[in-house]
Amino acid sequence: MLQNIDMSLVDWSRGQFALTAMYHWLFVPLTLGLSFIVAIMESIYVRTGDPEWKKITKFWMTIFGINFAIGVATGIILEFEFGTNWSKYSWFVGDIFGAPLAIEGIMAFFMESTFIAIMFFGWNKVSRKFHLASTWLTAIGANLSALWILVANAWMQNPVGMHFNPDTARNEMSSFWEVLFSMSAVNKFLHTISAAYILAAIVVVGISAWYLLRNRHIVFAKRSIVVASVFGLIGILNTIGTGDNSAREIAKEQPMKFAAMEALYDGKTHAGLVAAGALKGENKESEIRQRDFIFKLEIPSALSYIVHLSPEGFVPGINDLIYGNTRRGILSFEEKADRGLVAINALRDLKKAKDNDPEKYAELRAQFENPEWVNTYFKYFGYGYFKAHEPAKIIPNVAISFYSFHTMVGLGFFFVLLMFFSLIWSINNKITQRRWFLYVLVWSIPLAYFAHEAGWVLAEMGRQPWIIQDILPTMAAVTNLTSATVQVTFWLFTIVFTALLIAELKIIFKQINLGPKDGGQ
Amino acid sequence: MSWIRKVFLFYYDGFCNMTVGKSLWVIILIKLFILFVILRLFFFPDVLKKNFDNDAARSEYVIDELTNPK
Repeated sequence: MLQNIDMSLVDWSRGQFALTAMYHWLFVPLTLGLSFIVAIMESIYVRTGDPEWKKITKFWMTIFGINFAIGVATGIILEFEFGTNWSKYSWFVGDIFGAPLAIEGIMAFFMESTFIAIMFFGWNKVSRKFHLASTWLTAIGANLSALWILVANAWMQNPVGMHFNPDTARNEMSSFWEVLFSMSAVNKFLHTISAAYILAAIVVVGISAWYLLRNRHIVFAKRSIVVASVFGLIGILNTIGTGDNSAREIAKEQPMKFAAMEALYDGKTHAGLVAAGALKGENKESEIRQRDFIFKLEIPSALSYIVHLSPEGFVPGINDLIYGNTRRGILSFEEKADRGLVAINALRDLKKAKDNDPEKYAELRAQFENPEWVNTYFKYFGYGYFKAHEPAKIIPNVAISFYSFHTMVGLGFFFVLLMFFSLIWSINNKITQRRWFLYVLVWSIPLAYFAHEAGWVLAEMGRQPWIIQDILPTMAAVTNLTSATVQVTFWLFTIVFTALLIAELKIIFKQINLGPKDGGQ
Repeated sequence: MSWIRKVFLFYYDGFCNMTVGKSLWVIILIKLFILFVILRLFFFPDVLKKNFDNDAARSEYVIDELTNPK
């Protein structure tokens, strides 16, 4: 069914979306985390009245403002792309995507734009407490904006709270609360924002460490490190907790992604968690192009424990998900493809019958309203596109999934140590004596961004070939444009975003070099 | 009226006294121009809105595409 799709167009469209999403995500996490760090610093200033804290607050507020200004509206491009490059997808998702994005737009406009103005223009013009409230509301508004887009993303990973209307080919929201509070949405939101808090904390401690290395703004730097380290430590512990929940949710709703993350081909009980490892190239003779390990360090039974909270739990591997496992109640790829094809054909027949065969139309329409039929056939709608294709088509890129997952987790644990020691050594006033550690803090800034991008690569590439899990493959969702058109916009975006990034870095570096100004006014 | 005046002066003074903010506003305005005027108008039409007059025609097209991908 996919023979006629232009793969070059699909690849360029995906590449373009990935480029814009990843560039956008360079700006967002710092906004989310730094807004709260600034609010905490200002709270200390309001409580103590110490002008040094005002100086600290104003400096980080300036960094926040630069990042916010450069990053604002870069996410709009993603919405342009939905309408142009992914029009079939946009139509298919209906109001499920529209409602959260509309709320996000309203939130962003009313909360952020109102209170951010008071944050920057309101010093000495409004009362201290009102100014502080505005700073907190800006932080809350920014984080709530992120909630809605992350809910929309989580729905793509685990489509719930919806009902497919075969007359319009649109999904209609049947329960807003189910969409908002699905475990996928809750975990995605909490995991993503707490990861953003770590990134912001690392940016603050990294820049402060740079000042300490140059023996400048010592009090400012030490105080900033303490606040950011506490904030970062809370953030990283929360990230680990929500990451653990996310893993369990992925194992349940996206088992193929979970198996690819661990390069687990044969399911088992007492499955070990690969702490570190390296993969061999693809075995071309294997139908699913299996990759084995060159080496791996494994924690025995840990994977079973993460998924089932018991070492006895069975974790399905890629082979189980392709060939099925009747003992464990896992359907094969072939079975799912057959069921999906029934749903696709039903949709086609319903459209044909609509105008000339009312009886047939009523019969087919009733199927789409029947929860049992929906659960047996429509649930696998997307698999129908892969009928008569090699099973490898439904396996995400195992190497990318494995390395992005292990990079993210490995760096996460490194950040625990980083935040812990920066807090301890700041409190006992030994941080300036450990210059090597200050260098580590400075060079951890790019690592924090790298960990974030690895997380998104895992989330988005790990769920391939689906744009909506099990229901719509990415290949079927792309608009029929020429790949040359998409290439033009891809390069245009590359130029625009790179220019923005250079502008941000130039302005931020200039501000860092200038350092904090006296804040006692 | 005085309340509106106060709000206006709040923003007016704020914008007038900006330092780093002035360059940021230039960047924001250039960015918004590129996004909404150049990219949106010339490169990113809403394909379904542009090619079809009503939702029924859009639905028909999407169903055809989903059930017979070209």
